[in-house]
Amino acid sequence: MDASAAVAPPAGGGRNLHRFANPGRFLRLSGKVLPWLAAAGVLLTAAGLVWGLVFAPADWQQGDAVRIMYIHVPTAWLASAGYAALALCSLASLVWRHPLADLAAAEIGPVGAAATGLCLATGSLWGKPMWGAWWVWDARLTSVLVLFFLYLGHIALVRAFDDPQRGARAGAILALVGAVDLPIIKFSVEWWNTLHQPATITLTGAPTMYLGMLWPLFLSALGMSFGFVAIVVARTRAAVMERRIRALLAARARDEPQHETSPAGVA
Amino acid sequence: MTRKRRRLALVLACGIGLGTAAALTLSAFSDSVAFFVSPSELAQKAPGPGRTFRLGGLVVAGSVARTLDDGRPAATFRVGDGHSEVSVRYVGILPDLFREGQGIVALGTLAPDGSFRAQEVLAKHDETYMPKEVADALKKSGRWRPEAGPPPPASTWNDLSVRKAGG
Repeated sequence: MDASAAVAPPAGGGRNLHRFANPGRFLRLSGKVLPWLAAAGVLLTAAGLVWGLVFAPADWQQGDAVRIMYIHVPTAWLASAGYAALALCSLASLVWRHPLADLAAAEIGPVGAAATGLCLATGSLWGKPMWGAWWVWDARLTSVLVLFFLYLGHIALVRAFDDPQRGARAGAILALVGAVDLPIIKFSVEWWNTLHQPATITLTGAPTMYLGMLWPLFLSALGMSFGFVAIVVARTRAAVMERRIRALLAARARDEPQHETSPAGVA
Repeated sequence: MTRKRRRLALVLACGIGLGTAAALTLSAFSDSVAFFVSPSELAQKAPGPGRTFRLGGLVVAGSVARTLDDGRPAATFRVGDGHSEVSVRYVGILPDLFREGQGIVALGTLAPDGSFRAQEVLAKHDETYMPKEVADALKKSGRWRPEAGPPPPASTWNDLSVRKAGG
């Protein structure tokens, strides 16, 4: 049908076929869903940002500076949610040896790191005019910076081994160990005195934000989440296909020398 | 099946161990993780004179006096948390968000007379976001005095129509 059929595993690769049976279904399914995810991401993000940056009311104290929230808050949520997804993939990889989980984990890393970087950058730009400081070492900011470094460490670690399997294993352990940072980020503003304010949107009470500001924030967060998922799915598809092509090339390299050169030349 | 179970148990055990270790470490270092001390914490155990630390709390309503110090803007105000208050003196430009009733964090030292000499004042804004029209409406109807404390429950104002008041 599509790419999954075009790069079918070579004959005789029965074990490979079994191994990639699940990713094949992933390629077909994700190929159908991806355009919708991407379109929803672009449209909802654009709508949320235009609404938030242009039409939503300014804050009574912060004025127009509050509008950076429509980027800062969704990227902050995605930074944590992305890491949670990374940790879940790592769990699936370590415990159930799910073949897709390793690939997905390696592809979530850079996207999550970008979200975290954007969150830190917009937070810094917001902090200077409002707090009076680009950066402070309070518990919330520091724990998010640690999350950023965890992402960077994961990106480097999964690519640091010649054997991708070993890289994935080491990366999965790092991701699971780092997951301890997620509750620290979430509750840092409640457990300790911080300069960063506590959560506006909670499960227990009404959001302490005017609804005319809340809706564009939700729209923007929803759009960026779709965008995040779309980028991760697209990257994972590319990784699956890349792995298949590598397997094909490796199989051809194995087969060809037997026809053309002497077996001694193979070693 | 059993191997998967064993791996899951191993991961869970490591997770519990790691979580406990992290929780113990953080609670042990709780004092140094805190960004600032409140006036009532300061009243219980004050750092020695000359030691630099951060003091955080709300600017007490009616306590702000702005003066000039050698041609530079200076301010004296009291920072409180409902139980204790500390007098703060700061020479320099205060952040835009500084106002009575606002949370602030000041870096500085304790003077011998028990007042706080700030070298830096940061404004802490709370978790409420509302348009100017809503804030004005709440103030006009007497339901909220920003200098006296936090706004009324969000459910009473976060869907307030500002169309009429807006302009």
